[in-house]
Amino acid sequence: MNPLLASLPSSPGFLDVLKSLGLVLLVAHVMLGLGAILVWAERRVSALIQDRLGPNRCGPAGLLQSIADLGKFIFKEDVVPHHVLKWMYILAPTISLVPAMVTIAVIPFAPGVQIADLNVGILYVLSISSLGVYGITLGSWASNSKYALLGGVRSSAQMISYEVVMGISAVGVLLTTGSLHLGDVVAEQASSGWFLWRQPLAFFLFLTASYAETNRLPFDLPEAESELVAGYHTEYSSMKFALFFLAEYLAMIVASSLVTTLFLGGWSLFGLERLGWLAGVAIFMAKTLFLLFVFIWIRWTLPRFRYDQLMSICWKWFFPLALANVLVTAGAEASGVPALTWVLPVALLGMGVGAAVLAQRRDPGPPPELAPLPAPSSSR
Amino acid sequence: MAPLLAVDDRIVDYLPVLILFLFAIGFAGLNLVVSWLAGSKGKHNPVKDAAYECGLPPITDAHQRFSVKFYLVALLFVLFDIEVVFLYPWAAYFQEPGRQVFLFAEMCVFAGILFFGWWYVVRKGAVDWAKE
Repeated sequence: MNPLLASLPSSPGFLDVLKSLGLVLLVAHVMLGLGAILVWAERRVSALIQDRLGPNRCGPAGLLQSIADLGKFIFKEDVVPHHVLKWMYILAPTISLVPAMVTIAVIPFAPGVQIADLNVGILYVLSISSLGVYGITLGSWASNSKYALLGGVRSSAQMISYEVVMGISAVGVLLTTGSLHLGDVVAEQASSGWFLWRQPLAFFLFLTASYAETNRLPFDLPEAESELVAGYHTEYSSMKFALFFLAEYLAMIVASSLVTTLFLGGWSLFGLERLGWLAGVAIFMAKTLFLLFVFIWIRWTLPRFRYDQLMSICWKWFFPLALANVLVTAGAEASGVPALTWVLPVALLGMGVGAAVLAQRRDPGPPPELAPLPAPSSSR
Repeated sequence: MAPLLAVDDRIVDYLPVLILFLFAIGFAGLNLVVSWLAGSKGKHNPVKDAAYECGLPPITDAHQRFSVKFYLVALLFVLFDIEVVFLYPWAAYFQEPGRQVFLFAEMCVFAGILFFGWWYVVRKGAVDWAKE
C-alpha cells in the first residue's frame, strides 16, 4: 500500500460508513414514501381541480390508495409479449428508476445533512439525472411497438434538448456563488438573498426545463394519452410498469428539491434554520412539497404543447435567452450592479405586454369567407 | 479508529453514492422478483403477444426508419451540451478577485461564437419540425 495514501486523515472509519448508511436508508425510504403519497396527491388534487372526489375509499381520505395499488401491481400478471427484446425490456424500468434515486445524493437537506458532499455538486446532478433518458429509450426500443417507439424517440429528443437549457440556466447561479458545491449555493442564498430574486430568468427557464425533463404536462408528449396510448410504457404491465411510474415521480421529487436548492434558498428561511438541523430539514421539505404541488397544479391546468412548438420554444427561445442570461449575469457581477440581472426579464415582460396590447388593438378585418358547402348529391 | 479504506479522499466522497446506488438497484430488483414470484401466471396466445395498436393487427415490426430530425437534435445536443460543460469551470472561477472584467470579456467572445453557431442552425431550419 502506498504510505502516502494510507496516511490520509480522511479515510472513513467504521462509524462514518455506518452514519452514511443510515442516512442513505432514511433518505431513500422518505423518498419512496413521498413518491407513494405523491401518486395519491396527484389524483386527489386533480379531483379537486375538476370538482370530483378522487380516491377516498382506502384509509382516511384515501391515503392508503398507493398501498392498495402496490398490492395490485405485485399480484398482477407480468406479461412479457413475444415480440419484445427480452433482456432490454426487463432491464429498462430499473435503468429508468436508479438515476432518479441516485441523484438525490448531493442535495443538502440542512447544514451538514447531505448524503455525499461532492466537489462537483451540480455537475453530478445534471449528469446522473440525464441518464434517465436511457431507461425510457431502451424500454421503448425493446418494446418493439410503434406507439412505444414514437414515445421513446420523442422523449429522448425532448429530454436532451431541455437538458442544454437546464445546464446553461444553472450557470448564472454558480457564477454568482463561485462554487459547484450545492451546500455553498444554499449558504450564499442564506447570507445574501434567494436566487429567485437575483436570477429570475434563470429560475423560470430552469423550472420549465425541469417540467420537460420529467415528461410532465405541459410537455408530456412522450406519453400523450390521446395520441400514443401510453407512450414508451405501452407494452409494460405489472411491476415493470410500476417502476416506470415510480421513476417519474421520483424524478419530480429530485427536480423540486433541486429547484429549492438552487433558487428558493434550500434550508434557509429568515434565519429560522438556526434553530437546528431539524428546522432546516422541515423548511426544505416545506418548499419542496410546495413545488411538487405546483407540478400537479400545472399538470391539471395547462393543455399540452404540440411537438414542433415544444422544440422551437426550446431551441429558438430558451437556449439564446439562457445564454444571454449568463452574459448579463457576468456583466452585472463584473460591474458590481447585481440588479442588472433584472434587465432581461423586465424587457421580455415588456415585449410580451406590448405584443398583447398591439394584438388587441389590431383591426381583425372582415370575418373569413367560408367555402360554400357542396350541394347534396341526389344520386345514391 | 482504524480506517477501513485508505484511498484518495475524493473517491471516499463517493462511497455514500455507491451505497445509494446499490440500494436503488436492490429495491428495483427485489420488486421485480417479488412480482415475478407472486404475480399470477397466464397463458400466452397470439393476440396477447401482438404489439398493442388499438385493436388493429400490427402490419410490420416497429423497428422501422423514423424521422431524421431526431438525429439532428441529437447532433445539436452533443454540440451545444459540450459548450455548456465549458461554461462550468469558467463559472466556478468567476468570483476570483480582480479577474472578473477579463473573464466577462472572454465569455463575450465565446458566447458570440456560440450565438453565431446557434443562428446558423436556426436559419438552416434544423429545429423546424413542421416545415418540410
